[in-house]
Amino acid sequence: MVRLFLSGDGPRSAILGAILLMALFALAFAPFIFPGSRALETAARICIFIVLVASYDLLLGYGGIVSFAHTMFFGLGAYGVALATVHLGRGWDALALGTLAGTGISVVLAFVIALFSLRVRAIFFAMITLAVASAVAVLVSQLSWLTGGEDGMNIQIPRELTPAYRPFEEPVLGTRITGRILNYYLVFFASLALFLMLLRVVNSPFGRVLQAIRENAFRAEAVGYRVVFYRTVATCLSAAVAALAGALFAIWLRYVGPGTTLSLEIMIDILLMVVIGGMGTIYGAVIGATLVILAQNYLQNLMGRASEATSGLPLIPDLLSPERWLLWLGVLFILSVYFFPTGVVGRLRGRA
Amino acid sequence: MTAAPDHTPTMTRLPLMVRLEPWLPALLVPALVLLGWLLIPYQSSWLTLTVSGLAMGMMIFVIASGMTLIFGLMDVINFGHGAFISFGAFVGVSVLLMLSSLTGAPSLMLNLLALIAAVIGAMLVTGGLGWAFERVIVRPVYGAHLKQILVTMGGLIVAEQMIYVIWGPHEIFIARPEAFKGAVTFAGAALEKYRLVAVGFGLAVFLAIRWVLRSTKVGLIVRAGVENGEMVQALGYRLRLVFVGVFVAGSALAGLGGVMWALYQEMITAHMGNEIMILVFIVVIIGGLGSVEGAFIGALLVGLLQNYTAFLEPKLALVSNIGLMVAILMWRPQGMMPVIKVK
Repeated sequence: MVRLFLSGDGPRSAILGAILLMALFALAFAPFIFPGSRALETAARICIFIVLVASYDLLLGYGGIVSFAHTMFFGLGAYGVALATVHLGRGWDALALGTLAGTGISVVLAFVIALFSLRVRAIFFAMITLAVASAVAVLVSQLSWLTGGEDGMNIQIPRELTPAYRPFEEPVLGTRITGRILNYYLVFFASLALFLMLLRVVNSPFGRVLQAIRENAFRAEAVGYRVVFYRTVATCLSAAVAALAGALFAIWLRYVGPGTTLSLEIMIDILLMVVIGGMGTIYGAVIGATLVILAQNYLQNLMGRASEATSGLPLIPDLLSPERWLLWLGVLFILSVYFFPTGVVGRLRGRA
Repeated sequence: MTAAPDHTPTMTRLPLMVRLEPWLPALLVPALVLLGWLLIPYQSSWLTLTVSGLAMGMMIFVIASGMTLIFGLMDVINFGHGAFISFGAFVGVSVLLMLSSLTGAPSLMLNLLALIAAVIGAMLVTGGLGWAFERVIVRPVYGAHLKQILVTMGGLIVAEQMIYVIWGPHEIFIARPEAFKGAVTFAGAALEKYRLVAVGFGLAVFLAIRWVLRSTKVGLIVRAGVENGEMVQALGYRLRLVFVGVFVAGSALAGLGGVMWALYQEMITAHMGNEIMILVFIVVIIGGLGSVEGAFIGALLVGLLQNYTAFLEPKLALVSNIGLMVAILMWRPQGMMPVIKVK
């Protein structure tokens, strides 16, 4: 049964399995184990980023293609929901329609980009996605009549998902169930389903062909697989999942703006999560997203304190200030690409 | 002994279109200028826009030339190129601010002196930075594109953050040297002096690069290396060394472009390099990887198109360049003048 759900691709390492189980348990019961809205916020963010990173891993780790437009698809999904609720009003139908529309547009855009760049060479893809993604980001912040510009948009979600909704009179397991918690479980189960679906995809014959193309595109072509076709499908699929993750993110945050969905910083976060977790493993997404988000939320305080503690010294407080967080992420990123190319998951599996 | 049969080969001239073909990309620039002339209602604004488009194109070219050669020579794709632009701009502006007595003086010679000092300072720093970048970041990942993209992107982030650490988080405003302020009026159009200078300067850089590549031994080795690196190595040249040289030169050129851009915008930010890199990528792709001439034409096209659309429909400026890229890739999937056959 478990093998069926995991598509026959288990963790293949006792330690990894234990960590994954712990993560699953913690996320599944987050509202009950970690009280407080900040912890719930973190847990939902982790769920959504696991899906986002896993879908990126399909492209980077399995397809061997570097894309910088993943946040664009993420953002399209989020803006799809936002625009639908603005124009159709609050309701489930608006959420569903917005999600579908955002996903559809993402897939079409991914298809067009893939067709143009992958036809020539995979390396064009990285440059073209970077250009297109920044054009979209600029456009979104400029078309303020449509998207709210830099301010973003607030989203009306059905009342059942808001903190004001109380389905039960009595607290369950010591926690008062609110719509917010129902919203969390929507995010959690949707993320779980998408994650298992991605696991299914990479372990299907399609996933095997992608891996073959990553290892040696020329040979795969010679064996008879149409490289461009497989890479294009992978791009579209990963764009669709990213857009769905974006829609979830919008529903959870009840807000969408360029900074939370489209910015290059998020793209860098995704890259870092994939590389730290382990490229080409899907499970790496769980480890990478959890580690990076926890570090971001709780380590920045630590940096602030370190910066204050060293305030007498020259330069060091500047290097340690929480705003220079990205500097250390960058260093960590380079180091992990050099010395740690298989990531945490690769290491753990290698040892087993 | 019989005489050899008469053999009089007839040299038919190739049809005009066939002879014209290699030059078609070059014709795109005047075609675009003409299109702009047709679409823009006022002659004077058309002239102003054309000059600023050319100036912008020249600056983008200065930056893109290094990038395209680096790619052509060693198959290295450097996403960190943008960091050199920002660093060049910050170093150059710092030098100019230090020499404010020279830049403020109403004498052309003193102004030029300050400008040259800023340019040399910026190029030295970015050249050195390029050397370090090549050594530390790029060298361990030769031949692995995926890792190259990731690692150079990481290098870009670190470099950008270092700018924040060194120069602080705020943008810096810089006034142009006295002699380059203001505009000249020509045929009813106000042409900013600095833009004319930028056009001239960019043209000089283009001609200099062309001269080095076409008429010197180093240039010959570089061009041969782009076309067939293994053969050049087999003939006994240390291509690795040449490549480091090109990387340093390319980084220095990016720094130069950064200074030019800083004076063009009169404001610098740490992420300016990133924003320019978007256009540089488009230029490198449509020019054809490894081709300096292609990059030149591509840069002019991008600069002109950017300025024309910014005038006609401001929100579509960046989108129009992506449209240009799409159109050119449909026409020539390898770019306008590919030097190396892209695998």
